[in-house]
Amino acid sequence: MAHGGDAVIRIENLYKEYVTDAGPVPVLHGISVTVHAGEFVAVMGPSGSGKSTLMNIVGCLDTATSGSYFLNGRDVGHLDRDELAHLRNQVIGFVFQGFNLLPRASIADNVALPLIYRGTAGGERAERAKDMLVKVGLGERLNNRPNQISGGQQQRVAIARALVTDPRLILADEPTGNLDTHTSQEIMTLFSELNGRDGITIVLVTHEPDIAQYAQRLVRLTDGNIVYDGPVAEALPHHLERTT
Amino acid sequence: MIRAMLGEAWMAMGANRLRTLLTMLGMVIGVSAVILMLAIGQGAQQRVQESIASMGSNLFIVLSGSVTSGGLRMGGGAAASLTLADAQAIEELPSIAAVAPSAPGTAQLVYGASNWSTQVIGTTPGYLTVRDWRLESGSAFADSDLRSATRVALLGKTVVRNLFGEGDDPVGKTIRIRNSPYVVLGVLASKGQSLDGRDQDDTVIVPVTTAQRKLFGTRVAGSVRMIMVQAESAEAMPSVEKAMTDLMRQRHRIREGADDDFTIRNLTAAADAAEETAKVMSLMLGAIASVSLLVGGIGIMNIMLVSVTERTREIGIRMAIGARGRDILLQFLLEAIIISVIGCLIGVLLGVGGALAVNRLSGTAVVVTPSSIVMAFAVAAAVGIFFGWYPARKAASMKPIDALRYQ
Ligand SMILES: Nc1ncnc2c1ncn2[C@@H]1O[C@H](COP(=O)(O)OP(=O)(O)OP(=O)(O)O)[C@@H](O)[C@H]1O
Ligand SMILES: [Mg+2]
Repeated sequence: MAHGGDAVIRIENLYKEYVTDAGPVPVLHGISVTVHAGEFVAVMGPSGSGKSTLMNIVGCLDTATSGSYFLNGRDVGHLDRDELAHLRNQVIGFVFQGFNLLPRASIADNVALPLIYRGTAGGERAERAKDMLVKVGLGERLNNRPNQISGGQQQRVAIARALVTDPRLILADEPTGNLDTHTSQEIMTLFSELNGRDGITIVLVTHEPDIAQYAQRLVRLTDGNIVYDGPVAEALPHHLERTT
Repeated sequence: MIRAMLGEAWMAMGANRLRTLLTMLGMVIGVSAVILMLAIGQGAQQRVQESIASMGSNLFIVLSGSVTSGGLRMGGGAAASLTLADAQAIEELPSIAAVAPSAPGTAQLVYGASNWSTQVIGTTPGYLTVRDWRLESGSAFADSDLRSATRVALLGKTVVRNLFGEGDDPVGKTIRIRNSPYVVLGVLASKGQSLDGRDQDDTVIVPVTTAQRKLFGTRVAGSVRMIMVQAESAEAMPSVEKAMTDLMRQRHRIREGADDDFTIRNLTAAADAAEETAKVMSLMLGAIASVSLLVGGIGIMNIMLVSVTERTREIGIRMAIGARGRDILLQFLLEAIIISVIGCLIGVLLGVGGALAVNRLSGTAVVVTPSSIVMAFAVAAAVGIFFGWYPARKAASMKPIDALRYQ
């Protein structure tokens, strides 16, 4: 692929199986994929195909059963809990479908939270949280609780929280899954800006072709295998024709 | 970092105020119980020490009759074996500070329209030295009073209060003891309660010769109930005891191998034992109260475990944005410690307040020592850490993805 950047994510022959009471459930069957700096990748696939499983491993929230995963060239498989926490804090920004904000904390405190774990001083924390909220268009609502703002606004807060540590990689698992079309487009515009203007690498899971359109590259998963990996433009017109 | 963590812990506690308060209550009760019990124990200990101090130091009591190995006094009072002459002989021994023979009895006292029944002790001026007892007014009787068995008396404060009422100076007045007139020479300073709870001020002192010849009479001429002996120093006590035993055996003509017909009791040793008993009691009260502290600690652990389960998702979110195990551990540990320390603070206030109330209401001496407060704080912090550790550890060791997925 004609991307100039270094490999941010390099996955080789990744297997994942969940151990359940009924025995092991294989989910990812030897996936290999590389994402370079500055790319905007959409991951699609039917429900249960393993998209979230893959994202959780890439986001250092979960570990693979076998295979290797290099993040910025570092072999993540050999890191301990604290080092993984460090990566989640410093390198990756994660955005969830369900927002995952702390309900009891104010919006500003939610955004400042990752900075606590990197030891940033109180004054600077508040400053940066405010800057980030302004950047996502929520500069007026600093002292509101998450349940006092709309879903789209909550997702903006979650994005601000992911951005506050200046990560070079944003992972988003169905960030617009709980939002209406209009709000989804606003959120996607925000992601496009982050990718285009700030050069942040983005990997985003979605079910909707309209959302995937914002990305340049599409990875399609089926039953734990990659069945397509190429430009969005080539894959989706066909898809759009079929749905319309 | 710690400041931010404290803020977070505070917020989490505020989110469930009633529960936090109830958890704290266990701690409050535990700490206040410990403080109060220790204070009561300390008070008892102090009272024992004061009584011991009022008894006089380095004291022996020589009694007639012997003690068998079983501790039963044999032939006590059967033979009135101690006499005034024995007391005078003991006084000649080395390292003796003072000797006071004592012939006590009970008698009816009358002054004007008041009458009072009390203990009358026939003794020598040495008694005041031995008992370390001062005169508040007047003077003690002299050796001449002893020789001629004059009718003079020294009165304790309680006797004065009951015969004369307030404000009347008894010195120089004449009272009647068993219908004979006695001149009051002096009033004894107040001494308070004895070790066994008797009022030591409810006493009249007369010359021993007067008691023997005019007041109570004796079966054997010159016999006394007991002889109090004060050694010059604590170090001299063993040698004094030995010398007295030898002297008494010789004077009473007791053959080699035969039992003594007298008993020498070391009061200082008995006092030490009483003090030891009070100390043990104090410790036991504290130990019993500590059980409630333990129960309070278990309460904290219980609530923290519930809290960790309830907040599993929160833990997952925190981990997802970079909290390390130790950050989560610290957060929950801080919560447990804050609860126990604040509970302890309230408990100390309640305990001290309770001790003051007991002081005021019952008049029982209750003593709160700073060390018991320091100890209560240390224990509370330790309880917080000890019982907070397991739930905090449990929270910290969760896998991020499992915590996030927890429903
Ligand atoms: N913790 C788990 N234990 C056992 N099986 C699991 C677990 N998590 C996911 N799975 C299984 O793994 C498979 C893939 O799940 P995953 O969540 O990755 O799918 P997905 O592609 O994200 O689906 P969706 O589009 O519905 O979000 C599913 O069959 C699911 O049942
Ligand atoms: Mg999913």
